[in-house]
Amino acid sequence: MTHDDHGDEHHDHDHGHPHDHGPFQPDLKEPSEDWEFLEIALRELLIDKGVITAREVEDKIEEWDGKVPENGAKVVARAWLDPAFKKRLLADGNKAVAELGFEFPGLKLVVIENTSKVHNVIVCTLCSCYPRALLGLPPLWYKSREYRSRTVREPRAVLREFGTDLADSVEVRVVDSTADCRFLVLPRRPDGTDGWNEEHLAKLVTRDSMIGTALALTPQGERSS
Amino acid sequence: MSPRFKIGDRVCVRADDHEGHHRTPAYLKGKSGVVVKKFGAWRNPEELAYGKPGLPKQPLYMVKFEMDGVWAGNGTYAKRDTVTADLYEHWLEPDGDRQTGSGT
Repeated sequence: MTHDDHGDEHHDHDHGHPHDHGPFQPDLKEPSEDWEFLEIALRELLIDKGVITAREVEDKIEEWDGKVPENGAKVVARAWLDPAFKKRLLADGNKAVAELGFEFPGLKLVVIENTSKVHNVIVCTLCSCYPRALLGLPPLWYKSREYRSRTVREPRAVLREFGTDLADSVEVRVVDSTADCRFLVLPRRPDGTDGWNEEHLAKLVTRDSMIGTALALTPQGERSS
Repeated sequence: MSPRFKIGDRVCVRADDHEGHHRTPAYLKGKSGVVVKKFGAWRNPEELAYGKPGLPKQPLYMVKFEMDGVWAGNGTYAKRDTVTADLYEHWLEPDGDRQTGSGT
């Protein structure tokens, strides 16, 4: 846009730039909550006093951004292919995923298997506990009051909203993550994947299938219900 | 502290109110379920949350509840659906009348 687009009245403004900026995307929300100010104050103090550096804070954020559901998918694909690994994984999640280089310090990783008879779905009604080392940061809906309160009470309705419609003959087991365990669902291996290698199988393992709100993808890469 | 309950035991969640941080969801208080897993002993989060040591450690159990026993029809679930929660021993009492032998 050029100044020529403006009527004469705009030229009276003392700061000399056009006002008709068009639709701007709003900036990220400015801090407004007490806890946000507390975080900023604490971080700046720690940096000022030389306890940590700004770079270390950024490195930590990058490290967490690097934790992605593909980590969990690798664990699931390995379990589908290697019955001995699957047995170790179900018996002691921490130890088994350490074989693949993943760590859960201070928490107990519990892997629960979905079968033709039982479909597990994870929720944390009290906060937002989630196996972050394997799935990354939880999606916003996982932390929402709606998901947390409805999943324990109307699991079939919530699952249907995720496109997952299970027969009444299947037990839906809602796993409320209330304490020191972190749960990962081992989804059922899709039919028609005989002979597939680990990398190929891992592509069918979605984040939602490891939370239990969905099944693994079909061999064609489609959602299945 | 050796665990008071074993897999398959029927337990009842204490129906008590609690001031401050605790990890026992309100919707399960007073409800009866079955111990399905044991997770060892952990420092008590009700104390840890306030910078205390949380000792002695509390045995932690996964307890499974029938949906219908929790919601009495007031929800969207099928007859066989269940919900589990991880509960510390001091929130559990024996539900003596209904011991079952299976924890699966």
